[in-house]
Amino acid sequence: MTGKPILEIDHLRVSFRIQDQYYAAVDDVSLTVNEDEVVAIVGESGCGKSALALAVMGLHPPQKTKLEGSIIFKGTNLLSLSTSQLNKIRGKDIGMIFQDPLTALNPLMTIGRQIEESMDYHMKLSSMEKRQRTLELLKRVGIPNPEKTYHRYPHELSGGMRQRVVIAIAIACEPSLIIADEPTTALDVTIQAQIMGLLKELQQQMKTGIILITHDLGVVAEMADRVAVMYAGEIVELADVETLFHHPLHPYTRSLLHSIPSAQTRKEKLHVIQGIVPSLQKMPRTGCRFQSRISWIDESKHEPNPILREVEPGHWVRCTCYQHFYFPHDHIGDVGYGIS
Amino acid sequence: MLKFILRRIMMMIPQLFILSVLVFLLAKAMPGDALTGQLASNPKIDAQTLEEMKEKLGLNDPVHVQYARWMKNLLQGDLGISYIHKQPVNDLLAGRMWNTILLSAAILILTYMIAIPLGIVSGRWTDSWADKLIVGYSYVSFATPLFIFALIMLFIFGFKLGWFPTGGSVDIQVEKGTFAYYLSKLNHLLLPALSGALINTVGTIQYLRSEIIDTKVKDFVKTARAKGVPESSIYWRHILRNSFLPIAAFLGYEITGLIGGSIFLESIFSYPGIGQLFLQSILQRDYSVVTALVMISGLATLIGTLLSDIILSAVDPRIRIE
Repeated sequence: MTGKPILEIDHLRVSFRIQDQYYAAVDDVSLTVNEDEVVAIVGESGCGKSALALAVMGLHPPQKTKLEGSIIFKGTNLLSLSTSQLNKIRGKDIGMIFQDPLTALNPLMTIGRQIEESMDYHMKLSSMEKRQRTLELLKRVGIPNPEKTYHRYPHELSGGMRQRVVIAIAIACEPSLIIADEPTTALDVTIQAQIMGLLKELQQQMKTGIILITHDLGVVAEMADRVAVMYAGEIVELADVETLFHHPLHPYTRSLLHSIPSAQTRKEKLHVIQGIVPSLQKMPRTGCRFQSRISWIDESKHEPNPILREVEPGHWVRCTCYQHFYFPHDHIGDVGYGIS
Repeated sequence: MLKFILRRIMMMIPQLFILSVLVFLLAKAMPGDALTGQLASNPKIDAQTLEEMKEKLGLNDPVHVQYARWMKNLLQGDLGISYIHKQPVNDLLAGRMWNTILLSAAILILTYMIAIPLGIVSGRWTDSWADKLIVGYSYVSFATPLFIFALIMLFIFGFKLGWFPTGGSVDIQVEKGTFAYYLSKLNHLLLPALSGALINTVGTIQYLRSEIIDTKVKDFVKTARAKGVPESSIYWRHILRNSFLPIAAFLGYEITGLIGGSIFLESIFSYPGIGQLFLQSILQRDYSVVTALVMISGLATLIGTLLSDIILSAVDPRIRIE
């Protein structure tokens, strides 16, 4: 499981320009993905997960984005590459699965052409070979009747089928890393399970590294080897999946796990993390960023400039507030983290 | 596809019928008739002669009888006789129709030749100086009335600089069918076509620009980038093809607009087409010509929308018609 690292993100900061000022959506994130490893990134909407994924793919509009730090992929810093150099890597060594299969495919191109397109630029194949390979890919992602689907247009397929096509595009050139940005969010529950099953199967066959971005903790428990919890652009906790679910430390992680409704405990009230993720412009730039949402914890318990510390081997936590965290009494029941 | 076109043509029949009734009634509702303008004000013609002429022309018949007569002739391809020109409307239209079609086609081609590159530049490099210049041009051309712009063009390039002829559709001396004849036609066409096109571009530029701006942030463009597709192919294959859809859909409606525009252009450039004839006929209350021309432009509009539908279904698989 612990192969050599293929992706090393080091002190990455992604800032967006809003009215001539830059605001960091991803702040000081360091993360390593090894070969054949699934790293999940979890967090609420607006915590910087997708911004991180798009930064790795170089998909942020360059005029409005500032990228600092480094993203080393197989020895090359992706941030130092020009677009045309990056184009030799994306699609070939790194594949991306997008959130919404309904909009991720070009409505005017046949499914077959859209899958073949990445082969056009990364593989030297004749058109017959490309077609053959595309049909195999379609079969591999579980599309019945590949020959027929090859000539179909996206609008003729269901959401689940389209997501399979998106996956086929991502794995077309056998990448060593796949970035899956909430691959099941737009799908209904039964289809979600099928797609996650497919992803897991493909990962085991191809031994690819996967960055799995999600807010679905059930998916994390099922798929991930390691988990990074992000809040307000920062990683607040990083651990392997068992540790994170059984010994979560950071108040945010604990609150997230606590929010999962559990059938066994039948709590009358669902746990809710008070407040919302602050907007980019209002984000506190010093101190513990989660402070405002756990107001019952005394201010002095937070670090003035919280850093990510390794509290036990492989388990990293930001800020010291976790040592003093408790759920207030009006939160009913502090049992069961909803994983079973 | 053929079935769809046939069905659309069938649908045009009731539309044309309603149009014909409206046109006929509106023409009847116009104050005065063919005799009012020149004859009735002539003191040498007495009331009785006038009445006899009315009777002879069938102007005293009930409206529905007049309509039925007109419709019957229309269906036989006979558009009636011009009261003013004293010749069949068919003959009157024949040459002018071609001139107008020629002018409209020239405007359309020039419009797209100017607007598409400008729209692409403007949409792809939004907020660049080129974009600002193009947007500036399109606002100015949007705010400028066609008839004023055409007059200015005529004044500068026709009269002051003398680069183009100032009227007509062809030189009188040249022999029909020769190379010089076509060259002369083209020469007469250029200035009115360019005037029309420069004003006409605004819609296409703005449409294309905003479509490109919308499309370039769409998810499937991100997918294409994530595949490692080079930027030029991203534009040609993914962004532009999708952005051209509304332009294609708009083509049919452009035709309608051109008919309206031709009234000004042909009058200003004394270009003998149906637009010029239309204006004259209204002023002279030449009903048979007016109704014929409105029917023709109605038909052209319907054909234009049909054309739009066919083009759209050809380029967009989502609206492909079985």
